[in-house]
Amino acid sequence: MSTEEQVSSTTTTVDPIVRTLTVAAPPERAFDVFTAGMARWWRADYHLGEQPLVDVVVEPRAGGRWFERDAAGTECEWGHVIAWEPPGRVVLAWQVGADWAFDAALVTEIEVRFTPESGPDGAPATRVDFEHRGLEAYGERATEMRASLGAPDGWSGLLDGFATGIAG
Amino acid sequence: MTTYGGVLDALADPTRRSVFELVAERPHAVGELAARLPVSRPAVSQHLRVLKDAGLVTDTAVGTQRVYRLDARGLATLRAYLDRFWDDSLAAFARAVEHDPAAPQESP
Repeated sequence: MSTEEQVSSTTTTVDPIVRTLTVAAPPERAFDVFTAGMARWWRADYHLGEQPLVDVVVEPRAGGRWFERDAAGTECEWGHVIAWEPPGRVVLAWQVGADWAFDAALVTEIEVRFTPESGPDGAPATRVDFEHRGLEAYGERATEMRASLGAPDGWSGLLDGFATGIAG
Repeated sequence: MTTYGGVLDALADPTRRSVFELVAERPHAVGELAARLPVSRPAVSQHLRVLKDAGLVTDTAVGTQRVYRLDARGLATLRAYLDRFWDDSLAAFARAVEHDPAAPQESP
């Protein structure tokens, strides 16, 4: 039975995270809030800097930086802009490792598409198609990351914090 | 206890990743895995031990065989973390889009 099946040679082991949602605003606004307004919705407790998070900046061009600024004015890289096509599409490289630190050699991709729709009363709406892919890169970077992963502020610690944050 | 370090390290090896993918598809006995991969049975057992230590697979005795299946605590934990992270973040994004539509990007 199973022995004659072809063995898959794919290296992908992690399905992308895919979400679709609809927001009651035109694509221009949805795109603007997602990018220029990211600090308005980003969870303030998820950041790299030593000081509290005060801003998240997505430079509005392909190749632009994606970084946070903390209360001391320190900038920490998160990644960069791969594709900048307002108001329909943006692709960002998320380069934050499992140790919650920037890693230039690690690239996972976040693609967001904004498609105009008509709301029930004809009001403008936008379908937002979100995908975070390339998560298997975390596996490929394992050896280099290993040393820092045991730290209490690594991802497992964050997961615990996230769970208690939700419960609280 | 399962840590991300263990998970990531366990999947760094391509052959071990293949073993993991087969087990993730459906439960397999060691012999079945060896038949589907270009490696020896002892090598498969070694890989399974590493995957098990990382919390990626679990095993149960079925008759004289050990059957391996996906352990949801390992790689699934990393993905579950991101799943929840984005659920929460996209909900916050939708609220930011729909509230105070006139204000461009000031914090509330």
